[in-house]
Amino acid sequence: MAKHNITMTINGQSVSAEVDSRLLLVHFIRENLDMTGTHIGCDTSNCGACTILLDGKSIKSCTYLAVRADGANITTIEGIAEDGTNHPLQQAFHDQHGLHCGFCTPGMIMRSIDLLKNNPDPTEEEIRWGISGNLCRCTGYNNIVKAVQQAAQEMKKEKETTV
Amino acid sequence: MFSCKTSPEVGGMGHSIKRKEDARFLHGKGNYVDDVKLPGMLHMVMVRSPYAYAKIKSINKDKALAIDGVLAVITGEDLAQYNLHWMPTLLSDSQMVLPTDTIMHQSQEVCAVIATDRYIAVDGAEAVEVEYEPMQAIVDPFKALDEDAPLLRPDKEGQENNHIYHWERGDKAKTEEAIAKADVVVKERIHLPRIHVASIETCGVVASYDKVTEKMLIYLTSQAPHAIRTIVALVAGHVGLSEEKIRIIAPDIGGGFGGKVPVYPGYVIAIAATFLIGKPVKWIEDRSENLVNGFARDYHMDCELAATKDGKIQAFKVSTLADHGYTDSSANPSKYPTGMFSICTGSYDYEHAFAELDAVYTNKAPGGVAYRCSFRVTEAVHAIERMVDKLAAEIGKDPAQLRLENFIKKEQFPYSSPLGWSYDSGDYHATLKKAMDMLGYDDYKKEQAEKRAQGKLMGIGISTFTEVVGAGPSKDFDILGIAMFDSAEIRVHPTGKALARFGTKSQGQGHETTYAQILAEELGIPYSDIEIEEGDTDTAPYGLGTYASRSTPTAGAAAAIAARKLVDKGKKIAAYLLEVSEEDIEWEVGKYSVKGAPEKSKTIQEVVFASYTNIPPGMEPGFEATHYYDPPNLTFPNGAYICVVEVDEETGAIDVKRFVAIDDCGNIINPMIVEGQVHGGLTQGIAPAMYEGIQYDDEGNVLNGTFMDYLVPTAVESPKWETGHTITPSPHHPLGAKGVAESPTVGAPPAIANAIIDALYPLGIKHLDIPITPSKVWDAIQEAKQKA
Repeated sequence: MAKHNITMTINGQSVSAEVDSRLLLVHFIRENLDMTGTHIGCDTSNCGACTILLDGKSIKSCTYLAVRADGANITTIEGIAEDGTNHPLQQAFHDQHGLHCGFCTPGMIMRSIDLLKNNPDPTEEEIRWGISGNLCRCTGYNNIVKAVQQAAQEMKKEKETTV
Repeated sequence: MFSCKTSPEVGGMGHSIKRKEDARFLHGKGNYVDDVKLPGMLHMVMVRSPYAYAKIKSINKDKALAIDGVLAVITGEDLAQYNLHWMPTLLSDSQMVLPTDTIMHQSQEVCAVIATDRYIAVDGAEAVEVEYEPMQAIVDPFKALDEDAPLLRPDKEGQENNHIYHWERGDKAKTEEAIAKADVVVKERIHLPRIHVASIETCGVVASYDKVTEKMLIYLTSQAPHAIRTIVALVAGHVGLSEEKIRIIAPDIGGGFGGKVPVYPGYVIAIAATFLIGKPVKWIEDRSENLVNGFARDYHMDCELAATKDGKIQAFKVSTLADHGYTDSSANPSKYPTGMFSICTGSYDYEHAFAELDAVYTNKAPGGVAYRCSFRVTEAVHAIERMVDKLAAEIGKDPAQLRLENFIKKEQFPYSSPLGWSYDSGDYHATLKKAMDMLGYDDYKKEQAEKRAQGKLMGIGISTFTEVVGAGPSKDFDILGIAMFDSAEIRVHPTGKALARFGTKSQGQGHETTYAQILAEELGIPYSDIEIEEGDTDTAPYGLGTYASRSTPTAGAAAAIAARKLVDKGKKIAAYLLEVSEEDIEWEVGKYSVKGAPEKSKTIQEVVFASYTNIPPGMEPGFEATHYYDPPNLTFPNGAYICVVEVDEETGAIDVKRFVAIDDCGNIINPMIVEGQVHGGLTQGIAPAMYEGIQYDDEGNVLNGTFMDYLVPTAVESPKWETGHTITPSPHHPLGAKGVAESPTVGAPPAIANAIIDALYPLGIKHLDIPITPSKVWDAIQEAKQKA
């Protein structure tokens, strides 16, 4: 098995490793870096539990080779807020009861970050389509939609305050 | 309605407290089984059968073992040396852990590869050479009983055909007589197809045996860790695994829904592997393994409902064929092989009913899990609710009116059902009327008439279900002989903060919040000062776990009663501190005061502190209590759901326009969590109604074993649910609560099916089995048009 030296930035930290060609990014994150907030739910890119941000875009890390992420800037659920604080989406999922078992939640939040970056003021319909690559078996989605709406409002306010 | 006894700060019952468990999940700090990493841990991957029915001629491990990092290939023959190749099911059948000679369903475990790394284990699994001799599988359960059908279980002594058992309840003769004499009889064969719980976390285990201490530590995706510990001790006691040396930890669970109740072969193999190797072994199912190797439902129900010509229901008869796969591993209480299917008489008052069921073996995966319903209640409710609608359509009566005329009346509770249940409470008329008001039922009926006049297909479907949950009273309910009680243990620390542990196990239901609220309600200690723990058999009191909506009915009740023991003890302490007799002390939540002198009082925290520091003479120190609750009866949550759909005649596409769900689950602990449970359950109701179903070809191959083709609803398919409540407290539960999370999964499918069939009724379509997909609708429309 060919080995490759890769370097990437994860949650602001630079990491280097020698990995097999076939190692999936999600396993690199979970097994090599011991960051287990990113989950595996389906192996076929359908459930989105493994969603992370790669160079600012949400991707499903279960069907992405670690070597392909060489040089990338990656953010996982562990890296979106300082300890003791909440990202507006984390706060909104809590406020709106947008999670039950929590297994899909990190992926759902990472996907929503990307969604709101590209569409800061989405309609309900746009949110539903926007998270349709992420499965949740517990919540029935109503409260996830509400959470994304709350976060959108919150982030808009934050932006206005900053400007 | 329910009014809160406590302030929001104390956070007792009725407050929508935001969940205490959220923080770790929101920050990626949850701890699921696959997150567990132990030093020296090995990985296990299964070799699975491509055939549904085959003889194993040989298994060659050599190429696998030659791979660097592959440590072992475990076969059925290997396990047979320890008599661990078979295991008992909960219903006294037997299931292979690993086969020694015959494969009984596609994807069955053939052998297990243990390696230092998951990738290498997969390499090893691919390198194992298995020679099969395929045989013609029995896929259709109706053919399983044919004279010439091969005997699938010759290993079972006395088994002469593929019939597993016959079960019946009720008076057959009287029911048949009533049906024969009735003005109107509607009949239908209704199939509830195989589906899967499809929790986003699959099943898995990390088993770690220490050969020096002889302790077995097992991290397990389990809804019932204590029961599983006992089962492991019973099954593997002969090799030296003794119950006090076994510790099962069910950490965070990524959705359970009944699928994490059973013992799967992979668990047993991992336990056997670590026992033999002495190193931790991890096994995590992939999604296909998860979807293909278990199931729920799969009942074929022949229903007959009899009534007078003006629609007074007189009798119901249902004869069911149940496809159990190759073994009966249904996760049911021992005395209830068909679970609570006899709730099938529904919410209606009539005298005669008869239910019977025959279960058969086929070459399919075993399972029969109680998927988010209290053991076969979903099947029962679908049968009666479809038939009531069919009756309404047959006699031309509004289905809401028909239900209102046949409901059990409020004053008839406790109501003895024709098949032997004692319904505890309900106000079915009020619940349906509330749903009709919330929807604007009459307006939709008018709109439907107008649309029909224009040739448009619009349907309104109702389901008014009664559930039976909270198993259960020990005289009737046990799992392998263990009574289905549950437990709570409360420890209040000197500073007035508390730790409480339970025999149940949350899988997303929010126990860490709701149990804290129950204790806040009873003790007046703020919910935020109470930590809740579950799932560790070394620390939590024994209990039967979380499924069948039993946590609030059993462990929730145990919490209330244990807390009341503490309140009683506190009264004695307060009397001592306030220098009055115990009879002069009054308790209001959180405070003891002297009758007639309310300024003389002690808070619960002061009393707790005294129990450690200033103990009344002769009293046992400390402030701790435990209770094991054996419920006197089950609880009977109920509800009225109404669904409005439009169907596109050209494409068969179904648009759910409205869905109103009014639930009556008795008193509510946390309205936010209850609503969340209802939302999730409704989406798991629309799933089998419109999307999901495990499909097999004639060879027994599963055709949709991934999330690419097994269609779990996304946010796009999931309607915007509208929810509400009526409250009729359970008269026998200490908190008046009933349990809720399964009602929507049970109640929603017939409401949706009834709505779609109502939409298609003008075309002459009178029944469709779920899942009712656009293609099924389109086919039915074409067939109906040809007939016309």
